[in-house]
Amino acid sequence: MSKGKILAVITTQPDKVAGGAPIFAADSLEELEKKAFLLEKILDAMVHEIDQDTKIIVKH
Amino acid sequence: MNLSLYTLAVVWGVAAGFVTRIRMLESDYRQYPTYPHGHVIHLALGLIAAALGAVAVPALMQKDYTAITFLTVAAQQFRDVRNMERQMLTNLDELELVPRGKNYIEGIAMVFEGRNYIVIFAAFLTSLSVVIFHHWWVGALVGLAILFLSGFLMSGKVIHDIAEVEVAPLRIEGASLYVQDIYLMNIGLEDNRKRILENGIGILVTPRRASGRVTIGNIGQRQAILHDVSTILGVYRDTGEPALTPLAKRDLKDGRLGILLLPQEKDVERAVEIVKNVPVLESAIRKPSKMPKELRKRWEST
Repeated sequence: MSKGKILAVITTQPDKVAGGAPIFAADSLEELEKKAFLLEKILDAMVHEIDQDTKIIVKH
Repeated sequence: MNLSLYTLAVVWGVAAGFVTRIRMLESDYRQYPTYPHGHVIHLALGLIAAALGAVAVPALMQKDYTAITFLTVAAQQFRDVRNMERQMLTNLDELELVPRGKNYIEGIAMVFEGRNYIVIFAAFLTSLSVVIFHHWWVGALVGLAILFLSGFLMSGKVIHDIAEVEVAPLRIEGASLYVQDIYLMNIGLEDNRKRILENGIGILVTPRRASGRVTIGNIGQRQAILHDVSTILGVYRDTGEPALTPLAKRDLKDGRLGILLLPQEKDVERAVEIVKNVPVLESAIRKPSKMPKELRKRWEST
């Protein structure tokens, strides 16, 4: 996995994001948090918050 | 003793050199060299270095000048020591929770090479003094003096000499983590924010002079600070926890350093003490104040 790359996007507003990384849609903020948590552990990459509705997973 | 003068010189030279190497071979909190095999390697090389230094004097006295070329072989040999150390530490560094960083490794490797030369020098001087004064005890005295002096050569500056170190509050605004007013990073998960606030220690390093500002800005130097604290106080971190990373960021305006530490045991006072005593890495030292005067004048007048 290369550095500084977005591995996944988790969002409650899927219509606002698009592009090459896998996008995970969440129905609520709790689900967003939970999915982000899981993906962080699985991918060993850090979660960053873009705004309240969107988080990205970045490999540093 | 009935030994010939040259034999005496060599024996005392080797002894002085070897003891100097032992004196400089300290295993401290950095746990390097690793006991006991690392020690054996370095003592053996130290013995070779001592022998080379000690034999050089009788060889020169016998007008055997070509013998001095032998020392070039030694230099080559000790450069290899440096390479060996560098390679090993770099390999090991990949599997550290908080890596040492390249500068720290270069520093350690350089020290190992340098110390062998000090050993050669010690053996040479001791041997020379025996040959000149015709008494073995002169050699013993010179050897002792060098042994004493080598203590000074071992110690360099520490962070406390170039900067003030103090505790500073960690705070989180939205997803951003700050130490006092220095921005560190964006943390996306609520869980991680909580854990960082709970276990983290914020430290502020304020440089005293311009030279110190450049030195503590060096990324290798910052990594050395993080590594040293993690070695001593442990680290609250594991694989699969990328957010729990000790981190150091600069304030771009005045060069202060904001550090997030994540020690296993949250002992704030000890953490400050440790940061104060982190060695200033040779490769990170800069001396902007040593700029030539004429140059500076020209620069200031424009």
